[in-house]
Amino acid sequence: MWTLIQIELYKIFRRPRTYIAFIAVAALIIIIQFGLKLDGKSYADFLMKDIGGTMEIDGNILNGYLICYIMLQLLLVHVPLLVALIAADMISGEANMGTLRLLISKPFSRTELLLAKFFASTVYTLLLLVWLAILALFLSMWIFGTGDMFLMKSSYVVLLSENDVFWRYTGAFVFAALAMVTVAALGFFLSIFAENSIGPIVATMSVIVFFTILSTLNIPIFNALKPYLFTTHMISWKEFFDIQVNDANEAIVGSIQHPQKIVNSALVLVLHIIGFVGGSIWIFKKKDVLS
Amino acid sequence: MQQIVSVKGLTKQFKNLTAVNNLSFSVNEGDVYGFLGQNGAGKSTSIRMMLTLIEPSSGQIELFGMDLARHRREILRNVGAVIEKPDVYKYLSAYENLELFARLSGIKPSKKILMDQLEMVGLAGRANDRVKTFSQGMKQRLGIGIALVHNPQLIVLDEPTNGLDPQGIADIRNLILHLSRDLKKTIVVSSHLLSEIEQVATRVLIIDKGQKLVEGNAAELFDPAQTIVELQTMDNAFALTQLKASPWSAYLQAQRNTAILLKLNRTEIPSLHSDLAAMQIQLLSLQPRHSLEDFFLQITSGNQHVDTYTN
Repeated sequence: MWTLIQIELYKIFRRPRTYIAFIAVAALIIIIQFGLKLDGKSYADFLMKDIGGTMEIDGNILNGYLICYIMLQLLLVHVPLLVALIAADMISGEANMGTLRLLISKPFSRTELLLAKFFASTVYTLLLLVWLAILALFLSMWIFGTGDMFLMKSSYVVLLSENDVFWRYTGAFVFAALAMVTVAALGFFLSIFAENSIGPIVATMSVIVFFTILSTLNIPIFNALKPYLFTTHMISWKEFFDIQVNDANEAIVGSIQHPQKIVNSALVLVLHIIGFVGGSIWIFKKKDVLS
Repeated sequence: MQQIVSVKGLTKQFKNLTAVNNLSFSVNEGDVYGFLGQNGAGKSTSIRMMLTLIEPSSGQIELFGMDLARHRREILRNVGAVIEKPDVYKYLSAYENLELFARLSGIKPSKKILMDQLEMVGLAGRANDRVKTFSQGMKQRLGIGIALVHNPQLIVLDEPTNGLDPQGIADIRNLILHLSRDLKKTIVVSSHLLSEIEQVATRVLIIDKGQKLVEGNAAELFDPAQTIVELQTMDNAFALTQLKASPWSAYLQAQRNTAILLKLNRTEIPSLHSDLAAMQIQLLSLQPRHSLEDFFLQITSGNQHVDTYTN
């Protein structure tokens, strides 16, 4: 099994396609950072226009922490596509190249093959998230500095003190990794039905877009569905940035407002991963390889 | 002699299509087993079932005396295969592909062993070139190298000459002969290019519409004594009457369309020719049909004379 995983990782990282995702993430982040470095004040003024008259802000709100948050909101929409690019190609790509029949005629089980492939695509996904964290968080901290984190939610404002932020990002990135592994599992599941890469990649993105629309639409008939859609839970990383307040309406440092919500979302995502991977194995074990 | 492959009552049903129908055959140690049939006859489906790519609807496959379904891992360690096109990872070099598939086969060979393998298939000089720069013939040879890298006892080659030029076909033929004669491998090779099988096979199976038509020794099938002579005359009815009244009646097989068929030894053709003249049969043509290709086309286009050749 370890040999299989090594081989799958070797194949992933020998393919030029793999590096598209890393280059794309780097390019997007650096462009945003460049824009904010040059014209950050205008952006900060734009953010503050609705509340500028009601409160006075002292200090630099456009610091590395806020910029990382802004970029995570933007990029976690695009990263699933980059994850699908590899995960949805794991089986279909082999079928397309014609190497699947050679792989299956080797002395290991189909279950082992699928688990090794899924593990390898998970490693790729995690490395992509680490890369995202290095550029979006650490590079932003280096360029823009740190400070208290000022977040404007839809109906309230959150102010996190500087020493209460970093651990929240650690949690948020771990959760985002779980969400992206769920996307990888979906892409992986869809890839067993196809003999070319494009179909499963498009199908994965279509499912995510469709579910995201259902998750965000405030139509009562869809509300019963929302708790079961993984896309509803993919954005729960934001919960790490909501803080509890005490009776005096003061923020409790080190607290999360709805920790149970994070746990529930994580469980739903894990169940989806198990479902997608288990389903892949169950179907693939019985599949006739005709490619 | 040890039986390497034993297939009994193998059937594969795809919805309404029976691709393989109650097929039974066996391959002995050291055989070069020619698996023949027209396109769509069921050869590839049968081979894929032998390699666990396709699950049989019914029947039993035993390799090396073990049931394939129950001892899959153990069996496949001893099997090397090229299944239709020799597809490998195009973004890797020949050497890297060979090393990768060796590890997938459960071995970790030294650089020398891998280079020797590439040398054997004539690719040592291109070891570090990416496969995407290779010709079809080179890919095919690399595919065979990959099939051999873990030194398997049984080698399965499904249509190994597909898409190759005459030189590529000759190279593959020579490689099969080398594997069989020098390295004592057991080889199952399928093809619809029968002239190629004719030159390498020691035993032959012909299938059509998923069913066995003939299984036998190639030497018998290519035996000069088994030559079919096709006669076309000005008056076939007269010719047939004359032949039935002559000693040649024992050689008569059948009358097909405009031809009369006799089975005889090639060495008897001159005397047949002179007897025909003596019987005043006006001959339009006399064609000996000795190759497996003729035989194959004949039996797969109407199942004629099958009994004559079936062991």
